[in-house]
Amino acid sequence: MNTPAFGISLEPRSRVERGLLGRALRFLHLDGWLLVGIGGVLLISLLALYSAEGQQLTELLDQVARMLVAFGALLFMAQISPNWLRRGSPLIYALGIVLLVMVMATGDIGKGAQRWLDLGVRFQPSEIMKLGLPMTLCWLLHDRPLPPSFGVLVVVVVLLVVPVGLIAEQPDLGTAILIVLSGAVVIFLAGLGWKYIAAVGALTGAAMPALWLVMHDYQRKRVLTLLDPESDPLGAGYHIIQSKIAIGSGGIFGKGWLNGTQVQLEFLPERHTDFIFAVIGEEFGLLGALALLLLYLLIIGRGLYIAAGAPDTFSRLLAGSLSVTFFFYVFVNTAMVMGMIPVVGVPLPLVSAGGTSMVTLMAGFGILMSIQTHRKLVAR
Amino acid sequence: MARALRIKDHWREQQLFTGRLLVAILFVLGLTGLVVARLVQLQVGKYEYYSVQSSGNRIRVEPVPPIRGLILDRNGKVLAENTPSYQLEMTPEQVPDMADTLTRLVASGILPEGDLPELKEMVASRRAFDTVVVAERLTDEELAAFAVRRPHFPGLEIRARLGRSYPYGTAAAHLLGYVGGISADDKKTLDPAEYAGTTHVGKISVERSFEARLHGTSGHEDVVVNVHGRKMQVLDRIRSLPGQDVILTIDMDAQLAANQGLQGKRGAAVAIDPRNGEVLAFVSTPAYDPNALSAGLSRRAYLALQEDLDQPMFNRALRGQYPPGSTIKPMVALAALHYGVATSERRVGCRGAFSLPGSSHRFRDWKPEGHGSVDLYNAIEQSCDVYFYTVARELGIDRLGSFLESFGLGSVTGIDIGGEKTGLVPSVAWKKKAFRRPGEQVWFPGETVIAGIGQGYLLVTPLQLAHAAATIAAKGQRFQPTLFRGTRNGATGTIEYEAPRPLPPVPDQEPGQWDAIIEGMHGVLQGPRGTARAVGLNAPYQMAGKSGTAQVFTIGQKEKYNAKDVAERRRDHALFIAFAPLEAPRIAVAVVIENGESGSKVAAPIARAVMDAYLKNPS
Repeated sequence: MNTPAFGISLEPRSRVERGLLGRALRFLHLDGWLLVGIGGVLLISLLALYSAEGQQLTELLDQVARMLVAFGALLFMAQISPNWLRRGSPLIYALGIVLLVMVMATGDIGKGAQRWLDLGVRFQPSEIMKLGLPMTLCWLLHDRPLPPSFGVLVVVVVLLVVPVGLIAEQPDLGTAILIVLSGAVVIFLAGLGWKYIAAVGALTGAAMPALWLVMHDYQRKRVLTLLDPESDPLGAGYHIIQSKIAIGSGGIFGKGWLNGTQVQLEFLPERHTDFIFAVIGEEFGLLGALALLLLYLLIIGRGLYIAAGAPDTFSRLLAGSLSVTFFFYVFVNTAMVMGMIPVVGVPLPLVSAGGTSMVTLMAGFGILMSIQTHRKLVAR
Repeated sequence: MARALRIKDHWREQQLFTGRLLVAILFVLGLTGLVVARLVQLQVGKYEYYSVQSSGNRIRVEPVPPIRGLILDRNGKVLAENTPSYQLEMTPEQVPDMADTLTRLVASGILPEGDLPELKEMVASRRAFDTVVVAERLTDEELAAFAVRRPHFPGLEIRARLGRSYPYGTAAAHLLGYVGGISADDKKTLDPAEYAGTTHVGKISVERSFEARLHGTSGHEDVVVNVHGRKMQVLDRIRSLPGQDVILTIDMDAQLAANQGLQGKRGAAVAIDPRNGEVLAFVSTPAYDPNALSAGLSRRAYLALQEDLDQPMFNRALRGQYPPGSTIKPMVALAALHYGVATSERRVGCRGAFSLPGSSHRFRDWKPEGHGSVDLYNAIEQSCDVYFYTVARELGIDRLGSFLESFGLGSVTGIDIGGEKTGLVPSVAWKKKAFRRPGEQVWFPGETVIAGIGQGYLLVTPLQLAHAAATIAAKGQRFQPTLFRGTRNGATGTIEYEAPRPLPPVPDQEPGQWDAIIEGMHGVLQGPRGTARAVGLNAPYQMAGKSGTAQVFTIGQKEKYNAKDVAERRRDHALFIAFAPLEAPRIAVAVVIENGESGSKVAAPIARAVMDAYLKNPS
């Protein structure tokens, strides 16, 4: 029996494992707590989307279909043992790089940015990198002594810069930042020295002005809009103003499902995608928003618990990285919708309409489940 | 190398990882705390603020315009009303195939092909749920043509709209004015809240002057709208209150008689009740069609109106300034009596011309052979110029001028529509101010002489002339001319009348002085040698009047005036003033016809017709 980290156990393992449900979950390599959290979030997603999409059942069914596809990805990843995942990591990374280069060369242009690749199905190769990069870094660090040496760090930086550069060039700043963060989480969890962390922090601070210079106009505008949304109430500031009105006017208990005036009268833009958190805030109020955050914390907490109990460096780092990165998604979107950080175009994970990012996320959860459910076979 | 020799220490690495994991958990909890704090700040702290913002987003107050009051004549005849006209409207989002629908509309003859590009542009520029007018003022045939095809035109419907209409058309155009779209200039003077839903406003004359009474009180609807402005739901509705009906002093019989007489002429006729200043007829010709103007003229049609040589947009009754000619003579005679320059017995010899002492310049009488020896009665009856040259010289311009001013000449009468002109009563001081070159600033005695027969600098408006005629009829009593008799509340039917507004009377006259000039004016129409006796024949009532023929341009000393040689527009203006019945006058009239040549032959019959039309009804 493996000893969980911190000496605590979140569930009475023996009882669950004895029941029929427990055996079914074990057979499918699924994790009950993660499923509960994911299921709860998806349920809220369907409620919010039905309201945001003008109560159209067809749109909702589309999203259910995407959820099923994404669950298929989860199920698939959960069956692959962490050892195989580790061995496959560089391949996934290489595939991602090739596809990103193809995007640069031939990709479709959607909403002014060149992000999409049409290979039978249209998808964004940057999504592959969301998993491929942290996996590859974990693979790299797996049998190297930790904390990582300087030489290893140089390799890490190179592995990071190539895809991030390609993605930022599309331009897709939001995804680029999230991928940098996922990499940063990996080396932070790997025990990167505090002096490096301090140095990177100082460098980042110093690089801000330089970053301002290389930013696109629309990106600068978003930053300025954050500082003073009322300066451009009908232009760039409109999204933030309307979403703050939606959330603020929801109050503690919300206006009620399908009763949000900001949503139903279409004042809230991008309400079924990036700004769906404002739909939840308006219609379900503070209580609804907190419930959603609690479900997210359950997923993240469970992910970190799995990381703490993982048997080897690769699994440990990857589980931790996936969980913390997932939290970043949640934070960046909610903070953006509430006007705390600039609008970066990151969807609310599992809740915003759309298939690509959900497939990636669910595949990530499949990896977490694989780590959790295969460890007896691996570690013993 | 030391680094290369390092080996993995699993226990230490696990410890390190656990430590980092703890930091990550703290980090996650910290940022989550920030998000929660922000949520609380927005949803609890600033809830009130954002609630108001949210309501402001979705609730819009839509004005409900009031129905404009009617305009009635003194007998209740409707002069301006609101009539529904039918127009074809289209809601683009409900039209399944726009191109096909438009093609079929043209094919069925409802939509002129020329309107197609403009309509397409309008559809493209409006929001899909905004209705677009396809065709205005549909005829019965067009209505029927659409009605039978209606099932084939989803998204199109017939709508009735209220438009202003004037049943008498041009006959009351300058009196009533018209309504038009609210311009930027109008907006400066209108209450934006009251006019938020109103599309038309009175532009001129009665429609403009009584705008406040006619307009009514705006209502409003509180509606829920979505982000595109589409109406989703009506929350509250406050009805508008219709404007008051305005009752004018106009007698439509007199108005139509005046209009009839002036047809085909450039001129004006104004009739006033001498007992109270009520304007009974107010006509200026040619006139515009107020129905067309209120419906909206094309730019070209409007320019054509503006540039018409006959100036149909020009209100001659109110703003036309003409030399009064001989119509001034009764007033000059009264001034002579007042200042003791003449008595009713004084006789003046007339041999066809008058010269100032020490001057060879001959001021001609209209009758080259002269009138012989004339007294005051003869002088007015036969319009003897030499008599009035003589008394005017003796009066002097300043005494004559100030006396004419007491009749209201030289200043606005104060009638209740805007834009009135003052006319001109000259004086020595006026001339000094009006001219720049010193040589022209001097008042010449000859200018006094011609002022005696209403020529020279003297100018009057037809309205002033009618007012002066009414003042003579009332023997000096003056009332501010008014078009406003009262209001009628359209809902309750309650009528409120306005009291007459007296003006300072003409200075006291010795007994008999008024009668002397009125007798002369009676002679003009009904005396044996009256200049307009042909007009006064066979009248069922006694009347008084005075003709006038005013020179438009000066003829040289030796030339002879020959009307046929003079271009039509350089011919003399024809004027006439009159009042009746003689014993108790109820109507005073002034008629001015530009280039009409003869006051007694051209203007006088019109005055007679107006008086006939009015007096046939018992007061």
